[in-house]
Amino acid sequence: MRPFLRTVAGAVLAAGLAVSGQAFAAPPLRIAMTAADIPLTTGQPDNGFEGYRFLGYTIYDSLINWDLSSADKASGLTPGLATSWKVDDADKTKWIIHLRKGVKFHDGSAFNADSVVWNFEKLLNDKSPQFDPKQAANGRGRIPTVAKVAKIDDMTVRITTKEPDAWLPYNLSFIFFSSPAQWEKLGKSWEKFAYAPSGTGPFKLVKMVPRERAELVRFDGYWDKKRVAKSEKIILMPIPEPNTRSAALMSGQVDWIEAPAPDMIPQLKSAGMAITSNVYPHTWPYQFSWLPDSPWQDIRVRKAANLAVDREGLKQLLGGMMVPAQGQVTADHPWFGHPAFKIKYDPAEAKRLMKEAGYTPEKPLPVKILISASGSGQMLPLPMNEFIQQSLAEVGFKVTFEVMEWQALFANWRKGVKDPGSRGGDATNVSYAWQDPYSAFYRFMHTKAQPPGGFNWGLFSNPEYDKMLDEARATFDADKQNALLAKVHEKMVDDATWLWVAHDVGPRAMTQKVKGFVQARSWFQDLTPVSVAP
Amino acid sequence: MFAYMLRRIVYALPIALSVTVICFLLVHIAPGDPLSAVAPVDAPTEVIEALKRAYGLDKPLVVQYGLWLGRAVQGDLGSSVATGRAVTGEVLGAVSNTLLLAFVAACLGFLAGCAMGGIAGYRSRSVLDRVVSALSVAGVSVPHYWLGMVLTIIFSAQLHWLPAMGAGPGGSGAWTWDYAHIRHLILPAVTLSVIPMGMVARTVRALVADVLGQEFVQALLAKGLTHRQVFFHVVKNVAPTALAVMGLQLGYLLGGSILVETVFAWPGTGFLLNNAIFQRDIPLLQGTILILSLFFVALNLLVDIVQPMLDPRMRRS
Repeated sequence: MRPFLRTVAGAVLAAGLAVSGQAFAAPPLRIAMTAADIPLTTGQPDNGFEGYRFLGYTIYDSLINWDLSSADKASGLTPGLATSWKVDDADKTKWIIHLRKGVKFHDGSAFNADSVVWNFEKLLNDKSPQFDPKQAANGRGRIPTVAKVAKIDDMTVRITTKEPDAWLPYNLSFIFFSSPAQWEKLGKSWEKFAYAPSGTGPFKLVKMVPRERAELVRFDGYWDKKRVAKSEKIILMPIPEPNTRSAALMSGQVDWIEAPAPDMIPQLKSAGMAITSNVYPHTWPYQFSWLPDSPWQDIRVRKAANLAVDREGLKQLLGGMMVPAQGQVTADHPWFGHPAFKIKYDPAEAKRLMKEAGYTPEKPLPVKILISASGSGQMLPLPMNEFIQQSLAEVGFKVTFEVMEWQALFANWRKGVKDPGSRGGDATNVSYAWQDPYSAFYRFMHTKAQPPGGFNWGLFSNPEYDKMLDEARATFDADKQNALLAKVHEKMVDDATWLWVAHDVGPRAMTQKVKGFVQARSWFQDLTPVSVAP
Repeated sequence: MFAYMLRRIVYALPIALSVTVICFLLVHIAPGDPLSAVAPVDAPTEVIEALKRAYGLDKPLVVQYGLWLGRAVQGDLGSSVATGRAVTGEVLGAVSNTLLLAFVAACLGFLAGCAMGGIAGYRSRSVLDRVVSALSVAGVSVPHYWLGMVLTIIFSAQLHWLPAMGAGPGGSGAWTWDYAHIRHLILPAVTLSVIPMGMVARTVRALVADVLGQEFVQALLAKGLTHRQVFFHVVKNVAPTALAVMGLQLGYLLGGSILVETVFAWPGTGFLLNNAIFQRDIPLLQGTILILSLFFVALNLLVDIVQPMLDPRMRRS
């Protein structure tokens, strides 16, 4: 009997161990992205900021990272692969960057000044063997002022800019560092590197099936011990169709979906899903034309439009998933300042201003807006625009729409109002990100940013703005710079230079098993504290 | 027979060539800048110009077509503007997934359609006939994507019986014929099978009713053949047309599953095409359309060749 008992006991023990092993193995975190493909994994991701969110700050680090730990304040910069950075007092085009010691890439090679120089060459020097046109296309535009990067010693580099640029630290936050050793090992092929990339980030990619899934596992040797990932594994799936994302969440195929359709949110809530949202640097506006015959040349008309839109009503239409806009940035941001003109819903005042300008609901001012039927960051463009059309009609505007395909509208944004593709539009409706001063102000308001130099679509030009923006760009003290940017913003609002409508709140839906997620006020999110309960 | 096949193949060549011209030109007529989706909005002009040169988009259209066709004939469809991966590999990988889905859907649709059509044809003008006719009209008319969404809501979101999306646990490269994978195929295949089912059912019903009314059937019965023996004669007469209808439908299934594949995130050509359209990925778009169109031409050729084997009358005509 003894051998029999031993066998039974052994079998029970083995079964018990297997069961407990199953119970304690942490389930992977499965996320459905809105992208149609896995964003580029070689270093500089494509697919906009969703690419940066999931395949950028996960596998890689920047010299300067974003602090994504708080849901209560706007995300700011924090040391990443650089421990400190300082502009040369004598020559404001030279920055000294001190690098973090002891950082290793996923392949075990060391991160140092050579790898920094190598990665900048990858983007900027098309004669270098590691130059990658795809990454250059995604990354070069983020560092327009960087002229040269040189090694001073193993842990220090000097970055030279074409002109004094106090916004360089923001720009550097978008540049990631791929491992030169891994690239060499893979036969100097970026195509192979895409399947086995090596960065310094908190996750490493172990499997990629194009258009279907990317599997990341925790990198135990991550340099920031506070940010070693809680999850052992993350599976990212591109599911561009919003209804499919919702169905995948409800059927238990994924734990987390990006951007559920607003009309699905009540159903997801009733199925027990958690809906998270938070305001982030996103604005949904009408950007005006400043051509001499533009109806927006009259400040009374511009102010009237800003006072005519019932933003609270619009918020209801979106199931609460927006924040009413009061300017180019959110009202709690350091750059908001104290504008005298308060943007709110005041149809009586709007009517009065329009009457003064010579227009009434009976004799309305015709304006034509370029809009899209869908598109990344555009929220729900058709119902939102129809709502605004109604609001504006009540105070004396006759709004017509030129509905364009999203890519066509987007391409036109770069080309400007004079391009034939603008089809006589008086304003364009393209939402934008404003996490750094260049993106928030310079690229729209500076004369130099008129196409093809930036996104000053309406050809706005005002020497006063140019001067203020140049000054802010050359002010290296952060507080003083913020104060100057607040002045720019105050002036923008007082001049009612745009029609500001809404800020998106980045809704996400997840199962109750997802723990530890803090939705930062940013386009990017930290996945390291997130885990899935068994 | 050999001369007939040769003639058919020769006829197919100019069709294939026209297909290449049309699919090359179509994507160039569409609005939008092919590089706008590739390079971020703030990419500097010189980067965009360099990309244009790199992808040959700065050359005249005729030259671009010539170069593209020259490479395509050798099996090189260029590389995707968006991902840099080779188009041929991308499309062939996707085609195998679509073929799997289309083949299963076609089998489902053909078998169910034949069964329904046969029953309705034999029971012409009965209640059963009317029910089958109503079902086939519904099958042809119901929008694919709507049915897909409804099935997903019922069987995935509510009942949790079947997965809502994807091609299996390990992605499409790891397909095996086990339940873990097959369960991913059920909803998209059923959704996709509804249209061919309706088409085949309607065709077979009409043909069966027609054949049953013909004199030779009466003659066969009068000669003492059993109903089962007569049934085989009916099948023989119905098969060529039913096959022709199914051949065309298979072509549609290969190309027309864009919406179904998008709804179920099934990694086939439809999903690929949808992404390529939104990303303005011209080489990928051209490659996918070309391969799908050539499939369509090849399928028609195959049907043209198989039909006379089943029906000798066609050889003479």
